[in-house]
Amino acid sequence: MQNEQGQGADCPKETVIRARDLDLVFQTNDGPVHALKDITLDIDRGDFVSFIGPSGCGKTTFLRVIAALEEPTGGEITVNDLTPDEARRLRAYGYVFQAAGLYPWRTIAGNVKLPLEIIGFTREEQEERVKKVLELVDLEGFERKYPWQLSGGMQQRASIARALAFDAEILLMDEPFGALDEIVRDHLNEQLLKLWARTNKTICFVTHSIPEAVYLSTHIVVMSPRPGRIHEVIQNPLPRERPLEIRDTPEFLEVAHRVREGLKAGHGYDG
Amino acid sequence: MTGDWMREKVLPVLTVVAAIFALWYAAAIWMNSSWTLAQAERAGKTLTFTEIVKDTMSQSRPKLPVPHQIAAEIWKSTVKMKLTSKRSLIFHGWITLRATLAGFALGTAIGILMAIAIVYSRTMELSLMPWAVISQTIPIVALAPMIVVVLPKIGIEGRLIPKAIISAYLCYFPVLVGMVKGLRAPHREQLDLMKTYNASGLQSFLKLRLPSSVPYLFTSLKIGIAAALVGAIVGELPTGAVRGLGARILIGDQFGNPMQIWAALTCAAILAGVLIMIVGLLQRITLKRMGMAE
Repeated sequence: MQNEQGQGADCPKETVIRARDLDLVFQTNDGPVHALKDITLDIDRGDFVSFIGPSGCGKTTFLRVIAALEEPTGGEITVNDLTPDEARRLRAYGYVFQAAGLYPWRTIAGNVKLPLEIIGFTREEQEERVKKVLELVDLEGFERKYPWQLSGGMQQRASIARALAFDAEILLMDEPFGALDEIVRDHLNEQLLKLWARTNKTICFVTHSIPEAVYLSTHIVVMSPRPGRIHEVIQNPLPRERPLEIRDTPEFLEVAHRVREGLKAGHGYDG
Repeated sequence: MTGDWMREKVLPVLTVVAAIFALWYAAAIWMNSSWTLAQAERAGKTLTFTEIVKDTMSQSRPKLPVPHQIAAEIWKSTVKMKLTSKRSLIFHGWITLRATLAGFALGTAIGILMAIAIVYSRTMELSLMPWAVISQTIPIVALAPMIVVVLPKIGIEGRLIPKAIISAYLCYFPVLVGMVKGLRAPHREQLDLMKTYNASGLQSFLKLRLPSSVPYLFTSLKIGIAAALVGAIVGELPTGAVRGLGARILIGDQFGNPMQIWAALTCAAILAGVLIMIVGLLQRITLKRMGMAE
């Protein structure tokens, strides 16, 4: 991953998401709102990139632009060298929303199967994939349960399984653990890291939590609001192998401190 | 468990029923006693209070029949009557039920189709919705005779179809409103999710909007089936019909036979109750099978 300051370009890498001077202005009743301004960013294959910043900094909007759920008003962006919309049509990414958003009328297996049915996998392959991804998120044995029978954390794991089911290379996660309590969140963070190590996906992860961003990512994009822009991209020096205890080490606290300073300098705290 | 059920469900209902009956008997004694007293005066007799009460409950053409008289009348015209008899309430009930079910099916279909059109097309919403609302402000009693007169002119014979159309006219509206709400129930994230899968419009409809609307649909169907019954009865009132519960009410009125009116009325109420219960049962079974109810 690189940005304008040229950080973190040790070896040639395959760029998956490339944004150049990206602008997005929403026309609202109160006049135009500059949601994104001059976003320039490269995300390489296998990166785990966290987007952090106060509300209104455009982190979710940027994720939605990557997913072709919002149309930028200026600049360029490519996903796998295609436009975001072309990438969406090829199902290049899985999206995990803040709310698990499982269908209450479908079992856990049925929910994971939803994208597979839409894409048109054969019945056997659907079963096979459901089994595989539910194992991946530690939900084997819950196939026939309905969402309301599961805890919030388990529901969110099921929604991650749903996003993984069709083997998209990119995982876009919009504050997926924001509504969960800290103990569950720790556990899911640990599991997400393992999952990332096993699948080698490219993950874009929006969060409000500094420890979460530092614990998970290879790169932390610090954003600032009004207009939403990138203040700083911090490359995380922590090793890929990260037990939960790493959060008490001086190295971890040092990175967390840099993120906090970045947020402060980007006027992140005045909103 | 059963004790709780008795206390929480049955007891409140029974209390209300008892109160209604008490009021009803009191009102009957009060309303019917003037005739009793007039008769006694003409015969030059004075009656004790017990005699007055007894008489108010056994008149053949009371102003207000008491519940046990109505029950006796219903018993006489259902269980004790041959099904083919022109005075059997089961026969008349069946005539009305048939029109109700036909109207309910028609109205539900129209309501659902209009809702789909409205949800998927802004033009349809702007052009259909005001007319749907206006349609419900026209008194059905004014409209019913016109429907009955016009349909034979375009070659539709018999009474079933006109009644079913009147019934559907009342029934489609709650279905329409409920389905519009139900089809719009999926929130933005759910619709975005379908977009991330590059789902087609049909897939989004079948896999998201339609299942989301089911709870709303059933709530509307409960109102719809009651409205359909009212429609069928109204369809029998102003049209010179001689068969059906509505016809029984009308004929009872014309021949000054209050017992017949009240018996038909009670049967209509029981029929409505049973129909709503059946829809409610279907709702519970469906939602349970869909995993949306315990």
